[in-house]
Amino acid sequence: MTQDTVHQTGSGLLLPKYRRDDVDAHPPLLSPGYKSTVLRSPQRPLTYLPQRLTEITGPLLGQGRLGELDHDLTRQHDGEPQGQRIIVHGRVLDGDGRPVPHTLVEIWQANAAGRYRHAVDNWPAPIDPNFEGVGRGLTDDRGHYRFITVQPGAYPWRNHDNAWRPAHIHFSLFGRAFTQRLVTQMYFPGDPLFFQDPIFNSVRDPKARDRMIARYDHATTAPEWALAYEFDIVLRGRESTPFEDEDDDE
Amino acid sequence: MSEKLGVTPAQTVGPFLHLGLLWPDGPYVVPEGTPGAFWIRGQIFDGTGAPVVDALVESWQADPDGRFDHPDDPRGARPPAVPGFRGFGRSETDAQGRYALLTVKPGPLPDPDGGTEAPHLTLSVFGRGLLHRLVTRLYFPDEPANAADPVLCSVDADRRDTLVAGPAPDGFRFDIRLQGAHETVFFAV
Repeated sequence: MTQDTVHQTGSGLLLPKYRRDDVDAHPPLLSPGYKSTVLRSPQRPLTYLPQRLTEITGPLLGQGRLGELDHDLTRQHDGEPQGQRIIVHGRVLDGDGRPVPHTLVEIWQANAAGRYRHAVDNWPAPIDPNFEGVGRGLTDDRGHYRFITVQPGAYPWRNHDNAWRPAHIHFSLFGRAFTQRLVTQMYFPGDPLFFQDPIFNSVRDPKARDRMIARYDHATTAPEWALAYEFDIVLRGRESTPFEDEDDDE
Repeated sequence: MSEKLGVTPAQTVGPFLHLGLLWPDGPYVVPEGTPGAFWIRGQIFDGTGAPVVDALVESWQADPDGRFDHPDDPRGARPPAVPGFRGFGRSETDAQGRYALLTVKPGPLPDPDGGTEAPHLTLSVFGRGLLHRLVTRLYFPDEPANAADPVLCSVDADRRDTLVAGPAPDGFRFDIRLQGAHETVFFAV
């Protein structure tokens, strides 16, 4: 079985290609304002890696990994967590605007007081016994995801004098291929702490920064129940090939 | 559909990554007890040689036949040759900066340019202080196919050894140095 497959080489192997990101699309690894980058960023330039089989494939995870209430961070304990209940929803798209269906979305966040339920987080804000701050979901056929949670609080850290992280939710995405893997943070519109946050501002292009900010969504806000925010996430897009239609028929 | 959208920028996983990204079965690319399975263990170090205690390593690889259960593989998706093979693993680093993944050796892969890729895992490293993931590859020692691997051959000869694991009692050892002398080769994918 392996003889005719593993050794099938030659120029006949046509792979989908993903567009490489613009230089300014992501933060530079060395962003000295964020002090932890100074000793952790490589000093040598990254080596260009052409996309081959390992890069254009990737884990298609999700089925069997999700519990019934993984998407609802307000119902994972006996009582409801403290704080402003919010709906966070949106689509996972590729750079061509095509939805990415059935892909795993993982989130984690601080509670309403700005405290993470984590051994390393010990600033004096209360733990909420009814809030874990962890969610998982799958996008549907049209690339849509939806979480119910509470508005996370801001919290202090020691990066610089009087440093506070703007409220945010961590998002982890797989997409369809290794090359699309992305971990980012979702921020809230109009946050007064943006100006002094070196993580948010590590993204140099203001337009790219704006892509990390959710939109208040009054149409989805549920009357007498929860505010809604919409956050679309864009993973890199594919370059089309003349053979794409054939590939899609497989 | 021809509209081009800008990608969402990457951000660090931060120091509390364990909350959202740990799975109990994360390190198991294959189930425990799989014949031929071995551990890949290593440490991650920063520019001063200190262990990085709040990082996460993710791995992705072909099965032992060099196949992927994925529709974009032009040879066709194929269920794995090893029962329970996930192809994907993730492991946080501990207080000594150590990670561990249980897996089996992937097969070689045909390269679109006509050559053969030697057996390898592709790794992503996330962590506090890493604003974007770092991507590297792990190759196996004493593997004759390494000599003709197109990726290894594209790397400066004096840095190639940073991509090749060493032998260990229960598998292989693969340390990752984020910065400085013997800095691991990282890739732009």
